Amino acid sequence: MSNLSFVRTEMLPEREPPLTEVGVIGWMRENLFSGWFNSILTVLSVLFIYYVLSGILPWLISPTWNAGSLRECREILVAVGSVGEHGASGACWGVIRERWIQLFFGFYPSQFYWRPIMAFVLLAVALAPVLFADKVPTRLLYFSAVYPFLFPWLLWGGSIWGPLGAAAGFVIGYFVYKSVEVRVNSLAGIIAGAVTALIWWLVLFSPITSWLANLIPLGLEGVRSRDFGGMMLSLTIGVVAIGMSLPLGIVLALGRKSDLLIVKSLCVGFIEFIRGVPLITLLFVASTLLNIFMPPGTNFDIILRVIIMATLFASAYMAEVIRGGLAALPKGQYEGADSLGLNYWQAQRLIIMPQALKISIPGIVSTFIGLFKDTTLVSIIGLLDPLGLSNAIRADSNWNGIVWELYGFIALMFFVFCFGMSRYSMYLERKLQTGH
Amino acid sequence: MTSLTDPPKESFRLSMLIYDTRYRSMTIQIVALIGFLILVGWLISNTAQNLVDLGKEPSFGFLSEPAGYDINQRLIEYNSQSSHFRAAIVGLLNTLLVAALGCATATVIGVVIGVLRLSKNWLVARIMTVYVEMFRNVPLLLWIVFIMAIVIETLPQPRDFRGENPAASMLLGDSVALTGRGFYIPAIEFTNSVTATGAEEVDAVVGGSLDWLIVFAVLAISIFAIRRVRRRADRIQEATGLRPTTWYLQLGLLIVPVGIVFILLGAQLEYPALRGFNFAGGIYMRNSLIALWLALSLYTSAFVAEIVRSGIMAVSGGQTEAAAALGLRPRRVMNLVVLPQALRVIIPPLISQYLNLTKNSSLAIAVGYMDLTGTLMGITLNQTGRELETVMLGMLIYLMISLMISAVMNWYNNRVKLVER
Repeated sequence: MSNLSFVRTEMLPEREPPLTEVGVIGWMRENLFSGWFNSILTVLSVLFIYYVLSGILPWLISPTWNAGSLRECREILVAVGSVGEHGASGACWGVIRERWIQLFFGFYPSQFYWRPIMAFVLLAVALAPVLFADKVPTRLLYFSAVYPFLFPWLLWGGSIWGPLGAAAGFVIGYFVYKSVEVRVNSLAGIIAGAVTALIWWLVLFSPITSWLANLIPLGLEGVRSRDFGGMMLSLTIGVVAIGMSLPLGIVLALGRKSDLLIVKSLCVGFIEFIRGVPLITLLFVASTLLNIFMPPGTNFDIILRVIIMATLFASAYMAEVIRGGLAALPKGQYEGADSLGLNYWQAQRLIIMPQALKISIPGIVSTFIGLFKDTTLVSIIGLLDPLGLSNAIRADSNWNGIVWELYGFIALMFFVFCFGMSRYSMYLERKLQTGH
Repeated sequence: MTSLTDPPKESFRLSMLIYDTRYRSMTIQIVALIGFLILVGWLISNTAQNLVDLGKEPSFGFLSEPAGYDINQRLIEYNSQSSHFRAAIVGLLNTLLVAALGCATATVIGVVIGVLRLSKNWLVARIMTVYVEMFRNVPLLLWIVFIMAIVIETLPQPRDFRGENPAASMLLGDSVALTGRGFYIPAIEFTNSVTATGAEEVDAVVGGSLDWLIVFAVLAISIFAIRRVRRRADRIQEATGLRPTTWYLQLGLLIVPVGIVFILLGAQLEYPALRGFNFAGGIYMRNSLIALWLALSLYTSAFVAEIVRSGIMAVSGGQTEAAAALGLRPRRVMNLVVLPQALRVIIPPLISQYLNLTKNSSLAIAVGYMDLTGTLMGITLNQTGRELETVMLGMLIYLMISLMISAVMNWYNNRVKLVER
């Protein structure tokens, strides 16, 4: 009786978990049918999805890719027997095949399509050292510094000496600053540098560049602003406005946080004013009032005016984003910079701004998404962004009556851009979350 | 004084304005102020010069001239002989109307979507994610024109309701008609209006609003009384530990007084009815209002959903467990522990979404809804040619609305924010 025991003496072999707990079935039991309420929800959702898809899919799948007009589309649809209660039912994709290039580039001369494409590809290269700092060599930052002068030259064309001359102003100013700083002090250096740069831009710039342009006529053929359109116009306005609003926003954010009462109230007043009015009113200012504010005789084109107002608009939001970044820095960083004996600008440049800007990149990206979506508003003041072009396309007698296909395609373009950027900003937020 | 000798008394030198931190901030500020004033002066002198060149004296006299255009959706009496000022007021009221409607529906839809997005049901959560991403990542203007197209193209026209065997029929017991031209819903009409008895010079609109004023005043008093009842219940609970049942009292206080007022005023529903080729009677909401309202609320609700979701997720699970450990019942856990903390996170961004919605309502111009942008900065601008005055006035009004909403936000924020060290 020695082997009598009330507990097992040997281990049983491990058994497979029951089929209902693992695999597809287990997942479904857990996530779709965990209770009676959940099951009802699942069934309702499936019905809803079926209802939506059954409404959209047959319309979406339509053999009208090669049609040349809406009438042709209807004939094709009737021929294949796709007829609803109001006549032919189905999408007319011919309009997209015929006009998609226009929706991307507007009336930009077709032999120069490589220029905007290259500008935006290079934009990605210029942004890479900022956006993916750990995967890209830092030396690319030099290219990022050159890029702002390259971008307008590629898009608008003209002599190469224009952007080179504009960039030379910064170089000259910097060297004057350096040489004066060594001899006198930094404040005199800053003043001297700024004054020389201003003299260069305001006085010497145009004679020298036009002389050089006559001497060595290097350049791209110019493209007029009114030929800009489509997605390219939206991207241009968005990118330029965000790029220029970044320095403005930093200045405004620092001004808003400073102890100097007058500077602070000027900055707060500007920010709250811009944030308090709708963008469309600022665009009205661009289209009707900006020329009144400028010296008599000034007349610059509407895209430039829109970009100026969009920049002011974005800079107010950018200032708030950067202020958030500044506020998120621990107080110890400021105190640490002080205790190292750095002055205000050194502390900002070496300690505060690199950290604050890094924290605010997700906010900057979402400001960009917002501004990019808002560029559709320029169609109200008559610019040919994708939405404005869709009206122009519908005015064509071939495509009169097309609604859903165009709006759907434009929505898809915006969705791809904005969704991609919002995913990037979420990725960045996760990466920056160095806390717990 | 620990130092034996006083520091040498320095006399003021001009260079101290730059090098001495005591004076430097002053210098910077004065330079900034002078720069700002020069900029403003430059802009003003340019503007004055340009206006003289154009022969336009800046004046707001045009506001009292007859507008000469019609506004098809309005809350107050207006005709083409009314002044531009009245047109602007009609526009402002239209802006506020669509903003208020939009905020209400956006909140409701957004809360539902946000809660459902946290659902344990995988399919439901996915559908809600698709909804949020779909509306967030496509421009609002596109949604507005898209929904306008849907309303016009898919809903039946009033003529479809005619005849023996109509192609379309009214909903909810013949009281609501959804047509491509707009929605027709019943209106509440007071047959026994306070102003009908005597004062005849008061026009119908003011009279009607006086009736509504009475209704709202009674409602406000009821709500005040309900709060008193609740506070008394709180006191009793704190003293005895037992909370008296008061829900029937609260419900009665809410319904009975307003009901009595309605009966006294002789309220009855006026239904829209088909007359000729169109509907008459009831309240007519134009298709542009419907499209704008729907688009604004659907678009904003996607943002509200994200705010609600993050607010709920911000309350850590330990809070719920701790409350349950104290013996609170689930409903009171929600009311006393989770919601107050979640709301503190939710309310500030929510109000800034309301602000965005109000500003975005200016896109009404794309579908022809006559809001402030459409009247003052649209037709009035084109008819009078007064760009400067109209655009400035319009911006000022929007700014006032925004500042008011911000003031409410700051007031609320200060009331609920956690007091840290």
